[in-house]
Amino acid sequence: MSKASIALNRFGYGLASGQRPPADPVAFLLRQLETFDPAPRPIAARTKTRGKTGEMLQLLRGLRDQMQQMGDPAMNDAGAAAMMAETGADDPRAAALAALPPDYRKKLVEARRVAIDDLAVRVNVAIASPAPMVERLVHFWSNHFSVSVGKPGTQFEVGPHEFTAIRPHVLGRFSDMLKAAVLHPAMLLYLDQFQSTGPGSPFQQRRRRRANPQGGRGGLNENLAREVLELHTLGVGGGYDQGDVTELARALTGWTVPGIGRVGRFAEDQPSGAAFVALAHEPGARKIMGRRYPAGGAEQALAVLDDLATHPATARFIAIKLARHFAGDTPPASLVTRLEADFRTTGGDLASLTRTLIASSEAWVPGPVKFRAPFEWFVAAARLTGIDGLEPRRIARVLNELGQSPWRAPSPAGYDDLAASWAAPDVLLRRSELAERMVQAVPADDVIARADTAFPGTLSDTTRSWLTRAESGRQALALLLVAPEMMRR
Amino acid sequence: MLTPLDRRTLLAGSLALGASGLALPRIALAQASGTRNLLFVLLRGAADGLSMLAPVGDPGLEALRGASLTDYDGAPRIGSFFALHPALAEIGKAAQAGEALFIHAAATAYRERSHFDGQNLLESGGQVPYSAKDGWLNRLVGLMNEAAPDEPLRALAIAPSVPLALRGNAPVSSYAPSSLPDASADFMARVGALYESDAELAGLWARALETRAMAGDDGLRNLRDASANGALVASLMRGERGARIAMIELDGWDTHANQRGGFARQARGLDALLAAYRSGMGDGWRDTMVLVATEFGRTAQLNGTGGTDHGTASAAMVLGGGVRGGRVLADWPGLGASQLYQGRDLAPTIALESVLAGAVAEHLGLDPAQAMARLFPGRSAAPLSGIMHG
Repeated sequence: MSKASIALNRFGYGLASGQRPPADPVAFLLRQLETFDPAPRPIAARTKTRGKTGEMLQLLRGLRDQMQQMGDPAMNDAGAAAMMAETGADDPRAAALAALPPDYRKKLVEARRVAIDDLAVRVNVAIASPAPMVERLVHFWSNHFSVSVGKPGTQFEVGPHEFTAIRPHVLGRFSDMLKAAVLHPAMLLYLDQFQSTGPGSPFQQRRRRRANPQGGRGGLNENLAREVLELHTLGVGGGYDQGDVTELARALTGWTVPGIGRVGRFAEDQPSGAAFVALAHEPGARKIMGRRYPAGGAEQALAVLDDLATHPATARFIAIKLARHFAGDTPPASLVTRLEADFRTTGGDLASLTRTLIASSEAWVPGPVKFRAPFEWFVAAARLTGIDGLEPRRIARVLNELGQSPWRAPSPAGYDDLAASWAAPDVLLRRSELAERMVQAVPADDVIARADTAFPGTLSDTTRSWLTRAESGRQALALLLVAPEMMRR
Repeated sequence: MLTPLDRRTLLAGSLALGASGLALPRIALAQASGTRNLLFVLLRGAADGLSMLAPVGDPGLEALRGASLTDYDGAPRIGSFFALHPALAEIGKAAQAGEALFIHAAATAYRERSHFDGQNLLESGGQVPYSAKDGWLNRLVGLMNEAAPDEPLRALAIAPSVPLALRGNAPVSSYAPSSLPDASADFMARVGALYESDAELAGLWARALETRAMAGDDGLRNLRDASANGALVASLMRGERGARIAMIELDGWDTHANQRGGFARQARGLDALLAAYRSGMGDGWRDTMVLVATEFGRTAQLNGTGGTDHGTASAAMVLGGGVRGGRVLADWPGLGASQLYQGRDLAPTIALESVLAGAVAEHLGLDPAQAMARLFPGRSAAPLSGIMHG
């Protein structure tokens, strides 16, 4: 790959239709740090607080209570139906939806539409972006702080999570992104934090006095605390133990989503869109990773997260992930060390980290170093063909077919960033089928010239020869979309 | 490029019309053009004219095509000289009913062998690729609208986007059927070839195709799709509110390898589409013309992989209730080594532009010379005549 092709394809989402390849690849990337717009108009229009999540959860709880009172064994079915309705298989979904009470069904349909519209905004912004490398960073971090629509209510929040907790911070400080992403309603819902309450909190004490030992919901939930340590900051083997997990879980109590439950009346709204309910917060000082945090309210968790963000284990963990994303599945140790040092020196300045990555020779080795994951391939294909304004439901369907729907990763670890996960027979087949469909509605003139522009100095003789032999411009364009140059970067 | 009269072979049915047909006077049309329909079918990829309409009476054919000629045993004959490909059985019936006319050894002014440039020229109607920005079908729409400015006719591309032939100043809409008969098999074969020198992708691809093969035969599905699409096009053109001029594209004619099976599959799709279209038009078929053309032909000789490479002249078809069919119009150049164009291709003896201009002029009641000048400017050849019944 030429340097220009690396700047376009390895660092970005490929050349957009009608543009010229960069004359100075490094300057082209550095300029994107200046021109990146964290809140372009389509996104700014989507980030108004929606306040729907609480309503939805209330409906769902009402539904559960109703069924419990009726002693209805179908309760689990209803729960399953709700879950199926989220997860998207077509016919079962329709059937599951039909089985739900009308008001909840309506909310579910609305939630789904909101999530799909947000997804379309993400895709279309990336397709049109003048700073594709920074868009790649947004999606990298969004996957690092993975949330999923698999939980009722989350659909209203997954888009805003990326738009307001990730985007503004991709060139800012990691600690700011960490706090915003972890304490956003989407994450609080997804990893069960919204219903975690301190065992010694006034809320639980009162509950116990009311002598309802089975009294159900509440108590400490360690899910988010564990993932923060394992996936968001220190990483597995980052030196934490079960005690740290429990203590972090206690520090996080009180952080919830607005609009639910009786405690809602006492909620203080937080900048992240979350709410803090002091009554549910575990009183007392905490000790995490050897540090003591004095008793307090919402700020206790913030202080812990600030320290975790700059921990040496975090620096190492982030350096490895970032290097793997840009410089290959087995990233060069020298690159990891350099990124790690930069992160530690600056205390997690992500703009500096990005500049160091751009300045590293390991990221510019000529051979392709990565197999493009489905989302990346799709955005690059859309940019190359000049497709725009794709209809939201179509985008969602296509990404689902390709096997990588954003905000729908199978686990809190996000989607895998290894070729082994994506370079599969079915992946090639699906891309080929889609390529044939994609080229139907776009101009297909001058495909070879366009190929040379999109992969400057990189197009192989084999690819060139098969493009030349295609039976039509459209077929040549479809072949280009699945050519080895498009599959790897 | 006209050949001397004495070399002309009398062909096909009772009547042969070579370039001499050009001299026939245009016959006035009984009906106003307002109810007439025109469907242009573009076969992308260079359809092999020698397979579509095999000149079985030419002694040179055997040496060029060999064993594949047994396919034509019992195939519909058009006169004594030509046999229609057996997969075009419905078109054969239309020919028998006098509703399908064939033109052979026809080519546009293009003499190179690039699909892109060839299609550009066939669609734009220019003489040099990329010299014209609009298409000849669009200019035809414009010409029709000039005669009736208050009632611009409805023109339609049966495709997700408007192909070049219909692009231009005159208003045109497009409609995409859910599934056009696709060329997936061909595309998949090309992807396989593209991956051949890439060990990782080639391995994955081989496994992908195995899985796909197990998923079942998509040939039948394609055929059903073709039929459904023919019916769909008819439904979009039928009746007073229907589109008067429409165009549909069929991909997949670039048969570089194993063309015996590949061409038959393509031909079956085309045949099914046109049969469904014809029956879907009902009474409207009387006033309908279908033009089938491709950008250029293929080499006369089969290559080492049982296919053919890019060539020059090919065949075209005109179908419709008013067509003087059951015939082949050709100024047959012959298949002898010295008769082939550049020693390899069927030589062009009729300008495809003359066929298209003449056909639409007669069908739509336009002045042929004016139609030729507007649709295919700068040509010296006259528009073909004698295509329609008077």
